[in-house]
Amino acid sequence: MSLTRLLVYLAVLAGAAVAPYFVPQYQSQLTELWLFIVFALTWDLVGGQMGYNSFGNVLFFGIGVYVTAVIQVGLFYDVATYNSARGGGGTVFTFDFTQYALGLAIGLPAGAILAALTAILVGSAVLGMRGQYFAVCTLGLGFAAAQIAAGWDYLGGGSGMVPPTAPDDFINLGLLYYYLSLGLAVVVFAVLSWLYSTRFALAINAIRDDEDKAEAMGHLTTRIKITAWTIAAFFLGIAGGLYGNVKRFIDPIDVAFPSATIGIWMILMAILGGKGTILGPVIGAVIFQITKELFWTYLLGWQRVALGLLIVLIVVFFPEGIVGWWRRRKAPIVETQAS
Amino acid sequence: MALLEVHNVSKSFGGVVANRDISIDVAERAIVGLIGPNGSGKTTLFNSIVGTHPIDRGTIRFLDSDISRLPIAQIARRGLLRTFQQSRIYKQMNCVENMQISISERDRGFLSLFENRQSAATGQANELLEFVGLFEKRLLLAGELSFGQQKLLEFAMALMNRPRMLLLDEPTAGINPTLINGLIDRLKRANAEFGITLLVIEHNMRVIMDLAQHIYCLAHGELLAAGTPSEIQNNPRVIDAYLGAH
Repeated sequence: MSLTRLLVYLAVLAGAAVAPYFVPQYQSQLTELWLFIVFALTWDLVGGQMGYNSFGNVLFFGIGVYVTAVIQVGLFYDVATYNSARGGGGTVFTFDFTQYALGLAIGLPAGAILAALTAILVGSAVLGMRGQYFAVCTLGLGFAAAQIAAGWDYLGGGSGMVPPTAPDDFINLGLLYYYLSLGLAVVVFAVLSWLYSTRFALAINAIRDDEDKAEAMGHLTTRIKITAWTIAAFFLGIAGGLYGNVKRFIDPIDVAFPSATIGIWMILMAILGGKGTILGPVIGAVIFQITKELFWTYLLGWQRVALGLLIVLIVVFFPEGIVGWWRRRKAPIVETQAS
Repeated sequence: MALLEVHNVSKSFGGVVANRDISIDVAERAIVGLIGPNGSGKTTLFNSIVGTHPIDRGTIRFLDSDISRLPIAQIARRGLLRTFQQSRIYKQMNCVENMQISISERDRGFLSLFENRQSAATGQANELLEFVGLFEKRLLLAGELSFGQQKLLEFAMALMNRPRMLLLDEPTAGINPTLINGLIDRLKRANAEFGITLLVIEHNMRVIMDLAQHIYCLAHGELLAAGTPSEIQNNPRVIDAYLGAH
């Protein structure tokens, strides 16, 4: 890593660490941004670096969201009673500090591990497929995830679920999740930076460019693909667990692909920034979060129309994303002499 | 004991018999040619050997063990590698990266994939790129090379893997005639210096007669003739097959 790059990273990190004290009004948007960066980076690992367009990653996010919340509650109360009481059952559920900390400490890793196990299981079944077949298949996963979340009364059904809250007086939950989200984004960025410096990156790039060739050269392609998807699922699971707690309300629509939320956004951010690069998804997430907030603030009512138009503009003018466009401008393709 | 023994192999696609009862032997360190008119079943036989599709009947043995039921990657890991008729390279990676990811996975566990990519035999990659004359282009994306250069890169990638045996599907097709002699020379050197056994499909008769020590000729999915280049050249059945006397 060059010194300039290291200094830039440190400056961004320092800025992010002190941001809640200088611009507290943007704290929740920034918290969301750190998680968006995780969504985009993990999607790009499979969709960009490996060339497997997955519409099903939202499933792993959803597993993280619900498993974490269910464990946070379920360690101390009956989840079904907890969820049904929201209509005004009269019972008040309280969590003290120890209970809250314990729930989070067990819930987050459990969500991540279950998401990863699901990726191994589902991946073994669908990652034998190539290209478009895989994409359509994962689309089905998104649908299924939404239906299960919205239809299962234990999880609160269509009216969703509220993660437990701890009394605000001994810990600032907003600040806690700000730093947990920031920490996760930093860890994911570091882990993927390392991963992209290994032979594994060459192997998944080879699969992207010509999977038959990679197989003919002796690479165990299915195992490599499942590994990549599992890594993505693991971090998405943690991100999901945090996201539910950040929002303080779990909307089953969020875990569903068909509605234009997280499932689409993660793809959009990676494409906007530049597929198959480490910085692309990060830049894409930043730009996406800014435009999204502007649209939702100034174009309320038309925000989804504006977002739809943005998608069209991105695909037409930046098919390779911002990083891809920048590289092409800086280094025009060298004409090679035909031999 | 031959390195590769194909014994009575048959393969049909629906009602079309692509290979019928074909038996060929390839001795260790030999250069063997496989010729035949278009549609005679040469590429099908290659695909059967490397495990692209299951065979209907017969056995294929490599290094004294049966490989006719093994998946593609496992056969490649035993050191039996093929190149494709249309060049197959990793287009969005540069030449050095194409080479680095082509090192043999034979004795490596899955975890070795998590080793640093820079240490992955860059020196050897550069040597072999020099060997095929692509050293100057090593940092270009493989997709930006001309078709002939891509075939040379694919050949270098195969050498990088240090296979025991290499199946080459029309190595000179699409290559500028002035470069063909250089390629033949490199194929011979790969055989002599690296000890790689070669089985070559080739339409260019001048090339295959010069290169191979032994030639098998297929026609209509069946083995028509076998012998030394001069025997094949003077075999009336081979001449008939090519001139269409069937």
